[in-house]
Order: sequence, then structure tokens, then C-alpha cells
Amino acid sequence: MRHHAQRTSFAAAAVFASLLVWACAAGAQSPAARPAGGALGRDAARHLLNRTGFDAQPARIEALAQLSRRDAVESVLAATSTTARTPPPAWAGEFVSPRRGRDLTDAERKEFQRELREHALELKGWWVTEMLTTPSPLTERMTLFWHNHFTSSLQKVRSGTLMYRQNVLLRRHALGNFAALLKGVSRDPAMLVYLDSATNRRGQPNENFAREVMELFTLGEGHYTEADIREAARAFTGWSIDRESGEFLWRPRAHDTGPKTVLGRTGDFQGDDVLDLLLARPETAEFISAKLWKEFISPEPDRQAVRRIAVAFRNSGYDIKTALRALFMSDAFFAEQNRGALVKSPVEFVVGTMRQFNVGYSDPLPLTLLLRTLGQDVFSPPNVKGWPGGDAWINSTTLLARRQFLDRLFRVDEAHMAAQMKSARTKGAPGGPDGRERFMRAALDIRFSSAEWLRQFDNGPRGGSLQQVVLPLPPAVALPTGGQGIELIRALTADPAYQLK
Amino acid sequence: MDRRHFLSIGAAGVAAAWLPRVGFAQPGEGLGYRRLLVLVELKGGNDALNAVVPYADPAYYALRPRLAIKRDEVLQLDERTGLHPALKPLHGLWEAKDLAIVQGVGYPQPNLSHFRSIEIWDTASRSDQYLGEGWLARAFAAQRVPAEFAADGVVVGASDFGPLAGTGTRTIALTDTEQFLRQARLGNTPARRGNAALNHIVKVQDDIAQAAAHLNPNIAFKTAFPRSPFGNAVRTAAQLAANPAGIGAIRLSLNGFDTHQNQANVHQRLLGELAEGLAALKGALLEVGRWQSTLVMTYAEFGRRPRENNSGGTDHGTAAAHFVAGGGVRGGLYGEPPRLEQLQGGNLMHAVDFRSLYATALEQWWGMKSQGPLGGRFQALDLLKA
Repeated sequence: MRHHAQRTSFAAAAVFASLLVWACAAGAQSPAARPAGGALGRDAARHLLNRTGFDAQPARIEALAQLSRRDAVESVLAATSTTARTPPPAWAGEFVSPRRGRDLTDAERKEFQRELREHALELKGWWVTEMLTTPSPLTERMTLFWHNHFTSSLQKVRSGTLMYRQNVLLRRHALGNFAALLKGVSRDPAMLVYLDSATNRRGQPNENFAREVMELFTLGEGHYTEADIREAARAFTGWSIDRESGEFLWRPRAHDTGPKTVLGRTGDFQGDDVLDLLLARPETAEFISAKLWKEFISPEPDRQAVRRIAVAFRNSGYDIKTALRALFMSDAFFAEQNRGALVKSPVEFVVGTMRQFNVGYSDPLPLTLLLRTLGQDVFSPPNVKGWPGGDAWINSTTLLARRQFLDRLFRVDEAHMAAQMKSARTKGAPGGPDGRERFMRAALDIRFSSAEWLRQFDNGPRGGSLQQVVLPLPPAVALPTGGQGIELIRALTADPAYQLK
Repeated sequence: MDRRHFLSIGAAGVAAAWLPRVGFAQPGEGLGYRRLLVLVELKGGNDALNAVVPYADPAYYALRPRLAIKRDEVLQLDERTGLHPALKPLHGLWEAKDLAIVQGVGYPQPNLSHFRSIEIWDTASRSDQYLGEGWLARAFAAQRVPAEFAADGVVVGASDFGPLAGTGTRTIALTDTEQFLRQARLGNTPARRGNAALNHIVKVQDDIAQAAAHLNPNIAFKTAFPRSPFGNAVRTAAQLAANPAGIGAIRLSLNGFDTHQNQANVHQRLLGELAEGLAALKGALLEVGRWQSTLVMTYAEFGRRPRENNSGGTDHGTAAAHFVAGGGVRGGLYGEPPRLEQLQGGNLMHAVDFRSLYATALEQWWGMKSQGPLGGRFQALDLLKA
């Protein structure tokens, strides 16, 4: 994965000149990009790849452009994996009870905290690495989607192992069945800790999980009452964690066995019964379908279209691929007005840039910390509602940090880059001189080789012009006249349109 | 414009290039904004009953066998109300008569969801009303902030804009002023408009350019700021407040008040951070002569349930006490003490509508009409010096 930076050579300049011709056709589709017959065409292929993954490699654009919409969508949905291929951190298999922290001496507690911070960085780095390298990007996109739906945070869970296990669970069901995912997550130990289910007992229930499962995981706000929450909380009493193994544990003596009335139905409900009641409601399928629409199509869901997708979703028994297929096949997905209508999340921006430009790196640490600066610290969402996303990803702080990353990445002057890195923020990096040195070395190892990357365009504009590959919309800022090669890349990525997908 | 040339000009060039688009203030326009409003959000819902403690009320001790603050530990304000001991630095402001405490702040038909309730607070809506814009954004639309100000609003150390959310306001988010200015030197070039997402990005670029052209970070304080993220946010707020170019409002946040479990230690730490931070803010603003013209106000989505839960914590509640501080404040207790004998569904009834606090800021502090921005008539509280 590691490349060595090369200065832009004069030899490569000839290539850039030919690219420039293509780039000048700003906005207009080149004749070769226009779909012939039922074929998707390059622009739509690029759109499909970027919206369902992290990047759109020219070779892949060319391949998909020849297919019909149906075949292209099926090709994206086929062969998605359910497991990560990056080996997890060595400690991920063992569970150390975070509660043990209470019985420790001050020195031991400090050591526990240090280990927790280290594990957190390793875990985040593990997922970032998986996203950077996966051959199944839709799996990671959906795992992240569910992480932002069924949120849990290291800050509260305080166990890298439990958060890792939850991530494995989310990935296993990411493109599978929503009902199975909901039931799995509801008894997932990290979730039991995060929403206090582990302390929800007969007599004095803790309403936290019962509230969020209705408001955020299934029905959405306004489709239940406070009484529903109180009663549902009683049904979930007894769901707990085995302190030694960190596994789910059913504690019958903590369970409230009386009758409960939830959503107008009365019975001696247990937790799974309540989940079934929630899944039976049409609002659940609509809530999830609308959220998927916002993830993949546009910020403003079309209510009628969402309802149709929701019906198919519910009728399929909550098969997630059924919902995604309906979304990706829709005219709205490919509509001109929805191209470039979504803001790239920090993960899409960072991982997308790294993958699109085949940027070399030795250690995911700087990228992990960058994600935090950009407002998407994976495994640590801000609260149970997750990241608000959309336009909220971009404010003055995050936009400046995004541009600084690009500026560094595509700067030809390496001496200057090294100087910049010296002043780089290392907040959150492992402590001590070792941690700082590791960060510095890793940051310097993030290198883009423009000559190597541009070589793929040697025999003509594969996948469309450089601009068509990199931007979802024509640039918002006039391109520099005569700009080529690395300079053109800098101008395109500095454009506001590069923040969109 | 030639990009390379543009980049080489640097920050000064950015400023010059953008000034004509920003325009200048009309004479006499929005002079009230020379007085600064600082909002402090207590994210997650502060347990106000353990911050402003009804220590003489036996019902308080009955509801909270484990969590109640002991009578001999509270910092007494009067014969029935006292502060959590961790609020000691705030007690200093109380003694200087710079601190008003408004008890029982809430709204009718309270919503117990974090997200919905903070939306109600941020947009100053009714419980059953959905508004898109923050109350400060609406105030700034009704009465423009002078164009030569660095920004209408600054959100420090958070990404959500809360009461400042709105398409018309010039609000920037930053964590650290020096860093903001360093990064802003990357430059901006005028961009075309397009879809809503693109327009948003272009607008953020414009706001950055405007703020960068006007902010000056070289302000050193003698005051020591707490070494915590909130302490850093307070330092940034003090720098912003001390800047010659005006700012309408600053929003700070302190996270972590959603204490469902093992509340005692966490809450003590949070209250300590809050009190130390606000005391440092006062110290710094006194140094630069800005304390008299600054009004600080806390807010949160709700207070917490009077009865402690079984996990050593408290669940979502309703009405709560809030702090208003500043050199222009008439210190004292306002509102009504909690009526723990008259709970509704286990929660407190409110005595002061939260929009009365906003009306106080808009009418008494900024001298503008509040009815429009607040969507109704709310009685301002008489807690400022004449």
C-alpha cells in the first residue's frame, strides 16, 4: 500500500496536456460518456459507485458504464461481504470487565485508562484500515450507517472488545435482515451498557433503551407515548450482561413479569415481544426507508416513493437489500438534480480521497485523528442520535480542516509539507515522545504520487475526464487557465463541489 | 481570478477581496449588539435539583436517598436554597451580585426526548410546533447585526449551531482562534451557486472570509483558564469577546449531563468545570473591560427527574434552574423554588417559561422587540440593572 512520492516530472506533463482538453469540456458529457441504448453511461456509473462506496476508479466506471441500470445495481449489490478482512487488534478477543476499574488502586486505574485509550485508537484504526482496503465498500458504508443508527460509544461503554463485537454484529447484518439486526443489537452487550439496559430492573426500570428503541431505532418521534415507553421498559427488565464474559445474560429474577400495555396491546411481554410489536408497525419500515433515502439519494425524501419502498421492505420481512435495490433502481437516485446533492461525510471524504487517489500510508493513526477533527470520530458518536450529517458536516472548523488535509496531500513541495506536519495537531495521539514520533512518521508517510496516479489516463480519458472522475458537478470556482496535472488535481479537489457526492 | 496569484496574496488578500461583498453597517443599526450574549448549553440535561439544592425541603431528601446533597455541604444562598459544593467558584459571582439564578424554567407539555426538547429550546417553539430556525437566527433576521461585525454568532467547540441555526445568519464554528486564522489563510475564491448543499459550502467559505478579516487573536489574559475542553472554550470566548470587531452572540457547550447512572461523581466534575469556567470568563472579561457588557446564560433541554433511579442516576425531567451572570445582572434568586410535593407524572411543573429568559436577552439586553422572533409575547424577567 505504500508509495513513494515523486515529483511531477516533465514527462508526465504531456499526459496532463491531453487531460486538460477533457477537463475543459466542463459540465458537458463527452460523447463517449453518453449512455448508448440501455447502457448506464459514465456519469451515472461514477454516481452509482460514489454513492454506494467510497470512490470511483476509472476502470470500474468504464466497466459499469456498459451495463444496464439493473445489471449495474445488481453488480453493486452482489458479492457483498459480511466480515471484515483486516485482522482485528490482538486484544479484541478477550473481555476485561470495565467495572473492575472501581476496585483498582490509583496507579492501576491510570493504567486501565491508558490501555482503554490505546485500544480505542487501535480499534478506530482497524476500521479505518478496513474501509480503506475493503473490496466490498457497500458493506462498510452500511456498517457505518447502522453504527450511526444503533449508536454506541466507547466513551460510555469503556470496552474496546464490546465495541468491536458490536461492529462485527453490525457488519454481519449490514446488508442482511433488519429484524435480525434489531434483535441482535437490542441484546448486544455494548448497547446494553450504552443505553443502561444492564441496570434496568423490576421495580425501578431505567427507561433509556425503551425510549431510544422507539424514537431512534424503529418508529421515530411522535408514534408512541410516554406510557408506551414506561411499559416497554418493564418488558426489557432482566436483559443484562455477564460480567466475566461480557456476553448477554438473562436474569429472570430481575424481570418484571406483570402485564404491560405497549402500543395498545396488552400482555406479559418480554423484550423480544416489544421488538416484534415495533417491527409490525408500518412506521418502522417508513422511518428506516426515509433514513436510507437521505443516506443514498437526497436530503429531502419523496414521501410517496419512500412509502412504496417501505412497503416492499416490510413485505420482504425487512430484507435490507430489497430496500437498497428499490432505492438504487429508482429514477430519483439517478436524477440530475440529485447529483452532487449530498455532502460527503468525513469518512467518505477521507477514505474516498485516499482510495480515489491511491494515496500511500503506513499507519492509519493520522487519518483516525483527522476523522475526529472533521467531526466523525468512529466508535464515538456524539450522542445516541448519532451524527446529524448532511449540511451539518460542513462548518467553518471542519471545512478549513478538510481543505488543509487536501492542501497538504496535493502539495508538491515536500519540504513545506514536512514543516506543516511539524506544527500539526497531535491531540489524541498516543502520549509521550514515542506517540508523537509515531504520529509524525505516519503523517509523513501519507503520500500521493501524481505521476503514478495519472498514468492510468495515459491511453485516453478512461472513466471520463479527470474532472468527471473527481467531481460530481461542474466546478463552482473557475479552473485555473492552463492548469494541468497536479495543479489541476489541486484545483478540482479545492473546489466546493469536491465536498459533495 | 488567477488562482496561483490569489494564493500568494495570503490572508490580507482574502480580506481585501471579500470586503466589497460584505458591505458596511448602516448608522444606528442594531447598536444593542455592542452588548454581547454568551449562551452556555449544559448538554444532556443538567440535574438542577442537585446544582441549586432545596436543602430545607424534606421531600428532596425523600426522593433522593442516595444522591441528595447533604444539608451541611451546600453553599447556602438563603434559608431554603443552596448551591452544590462544586459550584464554589460561582458562589463568588453570587457574592459579587453578578449572578441571577432563575428557578423552575421550562415550558408547557414538556417533551422528554433530548432531541425534541433541545429543538424546542433552540427554536423557541411550542411543544407541538416545529420551527426550522434557531431563536437567535430569527432575532438576527429581525434586527441585523452590523455588517462590520466579525460574525453574527460564533459556536465554540461544537458542530451543531443550536439557537444560531439558520440560513441567513453569519455564524462560524471554531475551537481555537489562532488555529482558525492560520487555516483560513488557505484562501477563498468567489464561487458560483448551485444546489442547496453547494450553496451551504459556499456560504461557509464566505463567513470564514468575513470572520478571518476581522478577528485578532493576540490577546493575552492574566486570568488562568481551567485545563479542560470547557476551559479552552471559555478562553476562546474571552478572546472573541475582547476583539474590537463585534460579535452578536457566542455559544459554548459543556457535554455529559445525561447522568442516568452513577451520577454523583460525574455531576460534581461537570459542575466544577462549569463554575470554574464561568469564574475565569468573568476574570478575563474584567481585564479587558468587557464584563459589564456581557450577559451569560445557561440553558439545557430539561432538568432531571426529582426521584433518583435505581442506577444511582436520574432520568429525563422537565423544569430546571438556570444561571444568568454578568456585570449588568442584578444578582439574586428569581422564578420559583421547586414544588416537590406537586409533581406531575413524577416531574416538576415549570414556573418560568424559557422564552421569558430569551425575551430578557432580546428586550432588556439588546433593546429589541421580542414578540416577532419568539413568536409570541413572553414577559421579560427583571434581572438586569437599569
